[in-house]
Amino acid sequence: MPGISSLRFNLRLLLVALIFVLLLLPPLLNALPAGHPLRVSDFVVAVTGKWICYAILALSIDLAWGYAGILSLGHGAFFALGGYAMGMHLMRNIGDRGVYGHPILPDFMVFLGYKELPWYWLGFEYFPFAMLMALLVPGALAGLVGWLAFRSRITGVYLSIITQAMTYALMLAFFRNDMGFGGNNGFTDFKDLLGVPLNTPSARTGLYLAAFGALLITLLISAHVVQSKFGRLLIAIRDAESRVRFLGYDVTAFKLFVFVLSAMMAGLAGALYVPLVGIINPGEFSPGNSIEAVVWVAFGGRGTLIGAILGAFSVNALKTWLTSFAPDLWLLVLGALFIVVTLFLPRGLIGLIKRRGA
Amino acid sequence: MKRLILTLLLVLGLAPICFAQNEFNATALRLGGSFGEQAEAVEKLGLSGDPRALPLLQALADGKLARMPDGALRIGDADALTGAPADATGASPVRINNRVRAALRSALGRLQIVSPDPAERLRAADGILRSRSAQDLPLLDAALARETVPRIRERLVLAQGAARLASDDEAMKRAGIESLGASGSEAARTVLLEARTGNAGLAEAIDAAVARIDRQLAFRRAGELLFQGLSLGSVLLLAALGLAVTFGVMGVINMAHGEFVMLGAYTTFLVQEALRGTFLAPWALPLAVPAAFLVTAVLGAALERGLIRHLYGRPLETLLMTFGVGMMLQQAVRLIFGAQNREVSSPAWMQGTLMLPGEISVTQNRLWIIVFGIAVLLLVMAAIRFTRFGLEMRAVVQNRRIAATMGIRTGRVDALTFAFGSGIAGMAGVALSQIDNVSPNLGTGYIVDSFMVVVFGGVGSLAGTLIGALTLGVFNKLLEPYTGVVLAKVAVLVGIMLFIQRRPKGLFALKGRAADQ
Amino acid sequence: MKKGASLYLDGITVTFDGFRALNNLSLIVEPGELRAVIGPNGAGKTTMMDVITGKTKPDSGTARFGDHDLTRLDETRIANLGIGRKFQKPTMFDALTVFENLELALKAPRGTLAALHWRLSGEARERIDEVLTEIGLTERAKDRAGILSHGQRQWLEIGMLLMQDPELLLVDEPVAGMTDQETEHTAALLRRIAGKRSVVVVEHDLEFVRALGRKVTVLHEGSVLSEGPIEQVQEDPRVIDVYLGR
Repeated sequence: MPGISSLRFNLRLLLVALIFVLLLLPPLLNALPAGHPLRVSDFVVAVTGKWICYAILALSIDLAWGYAGILSLGHGAFFALGGYAMGMHLMRNIGDRGVYGHPILPDFMVFLGYKELPWYWLGFEYFPFAMLMALLVPGALAGLVGWLAFRSRITGVYLSIITQAMTYALMLAFFRNDMGFGGNNGFTDFKDLLGVPLNTPSARTGLYLAAFGALLITLLISAHVVQSKFGRLLIAIRDAESRVRFLGYDVTAFKLFVFVLSAMMAGLAGALYVPLVGIINPGEFSPGNSIEAVVWVAFGGRGTLIGAILGAFSVNALKTWLTSFAPDLWLLVLGALFIVVTLFLPRGLIGLIKRRGA
Repeated sequence: MKRLILTLLLVLGLAPICFAQNEFNATALRLGGSFGEQAEAVEKLGLSGDPRALPLLQALADGKLARMPDGALRIGDADALTGAPADATGASPVRINNRVRAALRSALGRLQIVSPDPAERLRAADGILRSRSAQDLPLLDAALARETVPRIRERLVLAQGAARLASDDEAMKRAGIESLGASGSEAARTVLLEARTGNAGLAEAIDAAVARIDRQLAFRRAGELLFQGLSLGSVLLLAALGLAVTFGVMGVINMAHGEFVMLGAYTTFLVQEALRGTFLAPWALPLAVPAAFLVTAVLGAALERGLIRHLYGRPLETLLMTFGVGMMLQQAVRLIFGAQNREVSSPAWMQGTLMLPGEISVTQNRLWIIVFGIAVLLLVMAAIRFTRFGLEMRAVVQNRRIAATMGIRTGRVDALTFAFGSGIAGMAGVALSQIDNVSPNLGTGYIVDSFMVVVFGGVGSLAGTLIGALTLGVFNKLLEPYTGVVLAKVAVLVGIMLFIQRRPKGLFALKGRAADQ
Repeated sequence: MKKGASLYLDGITVTFDGFRALNNLSLIVEPGELRAVIGPNGAGKTTMMDVITGKTKPDSGTARFGDHDLTRLDETRIANLGIGRKFQKPTMFDALTVFENLELALKAPRGTLAALHWRLSGEARERIDEVLTEIGLTERAKDRAGILSHGQRQWLEIGMLLMQDPELLLVDEPVAGMTDQETEHTAALLRRIAGKRSVVVVEHDLEFVRALGRKVTVLHEGSVLSEGPIEQVQEDPRVIDVYLGR
């Protein structure tokens, strides 16, 4: 018995190592001279970088859903808030290079007749502050929503609907021009980050490696959490919440902790995503985005961490491939994926691999 | 004798036809004479009520009337009297003084105000209102006595009030304040506030009249808001009722519910297209109700038997799976019908607005939707309470195993219940096709709101769903004037979350052991 | 640790949709006492446990444990006062192993950070092994709880209760699904625990109640019908009427 389970554990470690080694390939192969048969295009690097951010988002959802049973349909909101925090920093970095050439105000504010920077934009000219906000704002929102919900024992589908309402409300709010976040156009036309112009190969590689590092770190943190007694308590809460209370644990505190941690991870993913893709707009808050991310996790195999990462890469690879020649079919396929995963693959790809291995 | 009668009619200004051709011409030509002649002619023409006088006087007022050295009159390159093209070289513009101008205003108003064209009369009333002159009073009194069109009467009353206020007689002024205050319109309020500066002695009366108008306006606005709230509430009720059955009664979370609503709207569109040009065309909408119910009910039954029943007891998986179904339905409709909106027209009997007492205007189609919402609610209640199916449904919900041992085919009841809830969603789609764009993502906007209604009202309680829907609708509309549409929605969502803090099971909570599971 | 908190219920009434689950129920359990509670279905036994553990708030009445007002505390706080509960239907964490179930129940700091930094000490491991032996599940320590038989689940939940080391144990139908031998073992175990701690046992099995050999409370329609030694209670005409008559 112990032999098999440790073997399985090693298999999983092997899978993790394989994924991370593969992820190092795109920037390395991209650095080869042009015309080299093994060289991959900038597009591949950009797309893979985007997927890494999605993988972090998937990881954060898995932590909350796969372990604690909190199915959030609003994680896209945390992702988007992190993205907006980074977007605000990038907007401030534009300085007077905007179309209107205003030294302080971003173009859209000049256009909308702002006289000065709104107070909540203060401090975003500093990169560390923006990064901090990318973590704290999603964390605080998750803290507030989670506290209200967990305290009154809102669980299961009720919680899912409330988180969906949360991201829906935020989407409506961010579409408004007078929110001071660029309305439905959001932020774009970024120039540079930390002094490096964003359209250079070195910036691309740097951002890619930052996302890579972030994925590694969030995976390590998540692994530490789920392998501690804390993780076993999360599973206990997932399966029999009230029983945990009768053992004297403060279930609200545990759920809140993991929900906030998860939201901060999603915020980090969003902050890394925005400079990679060069745009952030309220569409990122759309409920469809959040639920699509949930399907990555379900497809990969929830409650396994590595499954979430695998799911994010595989579903997005499928999406990129399919939309390149039949964009109309993608939503049909995605919808079918929801059905297939819930009915036939409850433990996802990882479950499939394990069954083969056993 | 004949001449006497003619003169009489002429003096009374009621006989335009009898105004002899040569007499008209003679009078008109005097418009080019001295100021005294002009004023006299203007007055006479005004009294004549002759439609031909109108363009002449208008030209004079606008400074477009010109006089030839021979005394003939020209408007541009045409004879002013006949309208025939004529040489205008050497013509000089006819000048007027203030006395003529005053006479003109009154004469023009008189002529327009008797015009058979209501639009012309409305313009005239507006012109008189702008002039704010007590001289127009007799004119206005006479016009008011004749006028029957409400909208024009409204303007005339306003002009009369303004004219009275402009008089020198205090009693007349007070009468003006009184009639303006009674009219209860925004414009009357403006007139009163304007008059306040010049009439310090009447300030008190004016303030009282303004306050009276404000009360009327507030009442009307509140009435209209309430109606809009009820209207939104009934839309929410329709969208949520199906959910109250599938989620509230069965406990099955169906995220494709919004898509069933959307399919109901598209069924309405198809029924309309199928009946176009036939004698049934005006009845397309009522006929679409059973059609939409059938289409979505059959789809619902298929969904329940084919997919959902494999996931009973796993609500989160059900949620994800049905979301996928919704996504596919939406995309399928988009591929078949295209992404653009489809036009579903309203039958004539649903168009237009209705005036309720207190001048609260309501649109007919919204009124019909409220009626429809209540009808569907009653239908659902009756189906659950009085039919065999309703009895079996309640039995299965309360105790599946015992129901099965009593010979109830629980699987069949599940399918029927789900079909019933889905069918209600389809009927909601018929109603929504009247007020919302029929597009593939019609349902997405309603799904979150519907869940909020069901959760807020109390899961498993139809009365709760009704009260929840109306409360949310009214609250939303009451908040909108202060916060805007988006923030009102956000505020309602936050409000529900806070409410759930106090009453986690909603307004109409089921208590006891049944509620624990 | 303060010794000798007593459980004190007075005039507890609980109503569900007009149905009185508990009707003016009063009950005192002295420190160290072992009390058996019996009664027909629907007599209010489980509801009484729910009130004591904070799952259900009474409409009226007093529920105290030592100095603490139980009606004002939630399940977590009550559990941390030292009241442990075994459910009628054994409830545990099926995805975790037997060992892990016991580890979670083990008396230790209950905070989030404590759970993150928790290391299984030698002492804790010994304690878990001890209980594993007591409940006869040493062999199955590494199996997931979900695959245990009903009887084993009963034992595991008793084991979790032991790990919690509570001052008051509420035990709901512990011997359902057990063999005679196991029933005897359970009775001996509960007798041994009592004295140091208070124990309230709800049970249908009169043989088992007799084996416990202590004071018995009979509930009927939400209130106490009779109270005393088992022999005396069995003679009580009202009890006979409820159990046999009508």
